[in-house]
Amino acid sequence: MDMTETKSALSSVSADDARDRGGKAQPMLIARGLQKHFPITGGILNRTVARIRAVDGVSFTVMKGETLGVVGESGCGKSTLARLLMHLIPPDSGELIFDGEAVAAKDGLEVRDMRRLMQMVFQDSYSSLNPRMPVEDSIAYGQIVHGASNEAAKQAARALMEKVGLDPNLFGPRYPHELSGGQKQRINIARALVLEPRVVILDEAVSALDKSVEAQVLNLLRYLKDVFNLTYVFISHDLNVVQYVSDRVLVMYLGEVVEIGPVDKIYANPKHPYTAALLASRLSMNPDDRVNEPPLIGDPPNPINPPSGCRFRTRCEFAEKICEIETPALPQDVGPMGHACACHMFVAKSGHSKSIMHTAEDVTPSSPAESPS
Amino acid sequence: MSDATVNNLQPKASEVAPALKVRSYWQTVGYRLRYDYMTLFFGFVVILIILSAIFAPLLAPMDPYQSSMLNRLKPIGYKDFILGTDELGRDILSRILYGGRISLTMGILPVFIATVIGGLLGIIAGFVGGRTNMTIMRIMDVFYAFPSILLAVAISGALGGGIFNGMMSLTLVFIPPLCRVAETATSQVRNLDFVEAARATGASTFSIIRVHILGNVLGPILIYSSSLVSVSILIASGLSFLGLGVTPPEPDWGLMLNTLRQAIYIQPVICALPGVAILVTSICFNLVSDGLRSAMDVRM
Repeated sequence: MDMTETKSALSSVSADDARDRGGKAQPMLIARGLQKHFPITGGILNRTVARIRAVDGVSFTVMKGETLGVVGESGCGKSTLARLLMHLIPPDSGELIFDGEAVAAKDGLEVRDMRRLMQMVFQDSYSSLNPRMPVEDSIAYGQIVHGASNEAAKQAARALMEKVGLDPNLFGPRYPHELSGGQKQRINIARALVLEPRVVILDEAVSALDKSVEAQVLNLLRYLKDVFNLTYVFISHDLNVVQYVSDRVLVMYLGEVVEIGPVDKIYANPKHPYTAALLASRLSMNPDDRVNEPPLIGDPPNPINPPSGCRFRTRCEFAEKICEIETPALPQDVGPMGHACACHMFVAKSGHSKSIMHTAEDVTPSSPAESPS
Repeated sequence: MSDATVNNLQPKASEVAPALKVRSYWQTVGYRLRYDYMTLFFGFVVILIILSAIFAPLLAPMDPYQSSMLNRLKPIGYKDFILGTDELGRDILSRILYGGRISLTMGILPVFIATVIGGLLGIIAGFVGGRTNMTIMRIMDVFYAFPSILLAVAISGALGGGIFNGMMSLTLVFIPPLCRVAETATSQVRNLDFVEAARATGASTFSIIRVHILGNVLGPILIYSSSLVSVSILIASGLSFLGLGVTPPEPDWGLMLNTLRQAIYIQPVICALPGVAILVTSICFNLVSDGLRSAMDVRM
């Protein structure tokens, strides 16, 4: 799939919105040090015996009108991050700032109000719809919850069904099991949009669809973004899709952000060895690009007891002593559109033997997959 | 002009697809039941049985308490006794009609109360989870440890005989299984994404339970409780049979079976009649609950 041509259409979104409160330059979302550890209880007394560090100090910003892609292996905390942003799971620590207002803080934005402005589309299109509710009612429910009359909510639901490309007369009265996967996901998108949110979190929203339907839904998402002036947080493990939809990309590994930056820079020139390995793991249409060894070997370490220092060091081919001792920090001073990477190799005088080599911008360690075996 | 041509070329949505009526879940269930003639028929029989019990004084040809030493254990069709007489010469038909009042009350009322209490406890346990779930479900397990008939007998034995105590013991017997069904259904639904999505829209817990949980949980509970009605009638008859529920000379199907038991070699057909009444009622209730089950499963 060649996706570079259509990309520019996604990024062009006007930031003019009547609901805007913080001004154009104010990021839509700022997450600072979001953290969630799930306790594992055991024994007769139900004491906490261990903690799963699902999301461990994640900071990033989402600008208005952009699409932030979030990528990472299964189990790296992508979905937990989505639920933390929605406050479906209360974070252990860290703060979330929505258009200049702190969420769930004193004098800040209340969670209930925030949920009007930020909605989510789930991966499993079937289980995210009530099986005993006609889909039109499922869409209308959000408005009814927020005090709209039954009639007005239904009207809005029908209008949105048309927007997502489903005839409300034909599909409104149906139950979820009477729809195909793509149709169900369209309903889920309509359900997320019924409250007229500004941000939509798409948690693997197209991953379960087959390729042709996936492309249709991606195009629909692009269309809706323009129509409703939306900002997307697009969580996926499909690197091609993320490249297609995103303006910026955030790479997660074991509950931490390892790299963040504009999509072109990251895909053309990944800094972090993990990002490089992820990109090298993509399937290629060119038989000459055949590789005989996987770019990464083994599973990610257990998030209950992550490695000391850099969490990627156990699988990194550039790992040195310093990586074990010191945790590389993600530089926060690169600006909203900058390219930052949490790796000792990109910190001058960090103690890593390659650190000086990479102080200059746009120099990458050679990916293991690129070296011929 | 050009607008008109465009409109002519593109048919309105209403012309493309005839608008289907959006039915709510319960409307859909009702619609499906309307075309399920089997269930309708057996539902009709159930209503007939209930009506005949309610209007027993009008329908009964004789006084159900009037005994006659001369007409003891007469066969079907003897003189005016359409279904014969029992061991004290009382009219069986009248006693079966009157007996339906007590037997059906004993069958339906305890199940209804148990459905409300057990269902509520189960939904709370399933939705809240954690310690609340543990506490409620472990208490239910204690009741579960005994066979239901034994438990009913033990409770009515401790409380003493009588209709009220019998119903109370039946209610207590049916709360644990209904609670378990409600708890299982609720905890299955609770973790599905659509409940999460409802929370994400900012819905209150009460609204989520009312709209999303109840719709998915009420089905299994209602189906299970409607099938319990026949069990309840049988256990109530068992209690009466043992002398714990209804006391003679009150007409009750179970009690009639008990007293007619001695005459089984003299008039086997007469002895079987109260049993037939129990059988027919149970089968009808079970078939209606079966029909309800398939109507409520919108996925079929």
